[in-house]
Amino acid sequence: MIQLNKVSKQFRTGVFALSDISFTVGKGEFVFLIGPTGSGKTTIFRLLTREAFPTTGEIVVDNWDVVKLPTSKIPHLRKKIGVVFQDLKLLMDRTIFENIILPLEVSGINSVNAKKIVEETMERLGIAVHKDKFPIQLSGGELQRVAIARALVLSPDILLADEPTGNLDQATAFEIVKLLSEINKKGTTVIMATHNNDILKAISKRIISLDKGFLVRDDGKKKEKCEAEHSDKKLKAN
Amino acid sequence: MKVFRTTWCNIRRSPYQAFAAVFVMTLTFLFISFFTFLLFGSSKAISYFESRPQVTAFFRQEVKQEDIDSLKDNLMTTNKIADIKFVSKQDALKIYTEQNKDDPLLLELVTADILPASLEISTIKIADLSEINNMLSGSPLVSEVVFQKDVVSVLTSWTNALRGIGLGLIITLSLVSVFIMVIIIGIKIAQKKQDIEIMRLIGAGGWYIRWPIVFEGIFYGVVGAILGFGIASGALWYATPFLSSFLKGIPIFPIPVIFLLGLLGFEILIAMILGIFSSLVAVLRYLK
Repeated sequence: MIQLNKVSKQFRTGVFALSDISFTVGKGEFVFLIGPTGSGKTTIFRLLTREAFPTTGEIVVDNWDVVKLPTSKIPHLRKKIGVVFQDLKLLMDRTIFENIILPLEVSGINSVNAKKIVEETMERLGIAVHKDKFPIQLSGGELQRVAIARALVLSPDILLADEPTGNLDQATAFEIVKLLSEINKKGTTVIMATHNNDILKAISKRIISLDKGFLVRDDGKKKEKCEAEHSDKKLKAN
Repeated sequence: MKVFRTTWCNIRRSPYQAFAAVFVMTLTFLFISFFTFLLFGSSKAISYFESRPQVTAFFRQEVKQEDIDSLKDNLMTTNKIADIKFVSKQDALKIYTEQNKDDPLLLELVTADILPASLEISTIKIADLSEINNMLSGSPLVSEVVFQKDVVSVLTSWTNALRGIGLGLIITLSLVSVFIMVIIIGIKIAQKKQDIEIMRLIGAGGWYIRWPIVFEGIFYGVVGAILGFGIASGALWYATPFLSSFLKGIPIFPIPVIFLLGLLGFEILIAMILGIFSSLVAVLRYLK
């Protein structure tokens, strides 16, 4: 479903955001992407949605070569992947309903069907009562749900959630993770970036860990193998 | 349709910018409408003067009909005459009576005997008027020659000058409108940059974002054209009684409805082209 093969990303300043990252995420998997701030989690999400280009390496999403994808196909790729952005990226001058319906409008789905899908999704996420409110009128947890709802309305095969529990209290954070788990159980591949250790301890899922752009742990591979690879790469980098 | 709703929403959310764009377009089309009316009127006036006898030769009282016929034949042999009409003393009296029918005192004083017979002549080319004028002036039968060449040529040169100045001003105003529209639409794009970025990230294609901007440009252009045309037509309608009496005899008014509708259609078309062009320039400039 998702494959990164020897992906590196170097910024114009010369700093490496990612160094030689390789991992595969299968269909229907739930993966935690962890690491401290600046470790490269968001960069991976940006590469997967073609917001940015890798300096080297291959990225395949659902048999699509993301790096070689023509510009005209990018909207199609982005419709396949639902993203819950770290800063949510909600339109502040639109109501909650208008925010959630936006991906459906963009995809040209007729308004009757679109309204039905949005109402069902809002109901499922428990935000139906906020339909006509504006983002500024909602709490952090409610806004996260709105962002998740917007990412889900197109029934994407993949859901990328970038620190969806970042600014939330523990109880709300667990509610959000529970919600993502339920979405995953219905067949959606979920990659959630986080650095909340409590969540990682409580929920047993595959963890991919990054540090300063290096892959330091992948439960999909043997831990020792990862660490050995990491040491080799660091030596080469130095 | 969704795209029209989005366009209308964008316009409504920044009313002052929308007003500025419509205002500059109105000004441009107001000028285009006035200028077109002026050209229409002056070309009508030129046709009127061109269709009138361009040289009128008045005969002496004692001249006989055979002599007049002979002079008429001489003129026809030049092959430069488009039309020649003999006006007898009786015909002259009829014309005089018609022109002064409201003034019985003037009618009482004049009889056919004191009015001269005349020949009203139009040439094929205006350039030949001088030669015909010379022929008639040199004839002993003719007492006076009235020559309208100057009226037509002055009017023609004024119209040509007017056309040149007007076209120059229209092009300048259209360019100014396009620049102002590009700036206004550009500001709006810049204000919505974050929204546009979000839309792109959730899968919006290029034209999903561009169409409302293009329609916005068309809206400003078309509303400006309709307002400009409306104001100019209203002013013309208001001034028609005064202009009709001022230009007595020259059949300019009323301006045909079909001409007005044609002008409105043409202005709307130009407005759409200007609107689309401005929007696309703004999109290329600010929406990379």
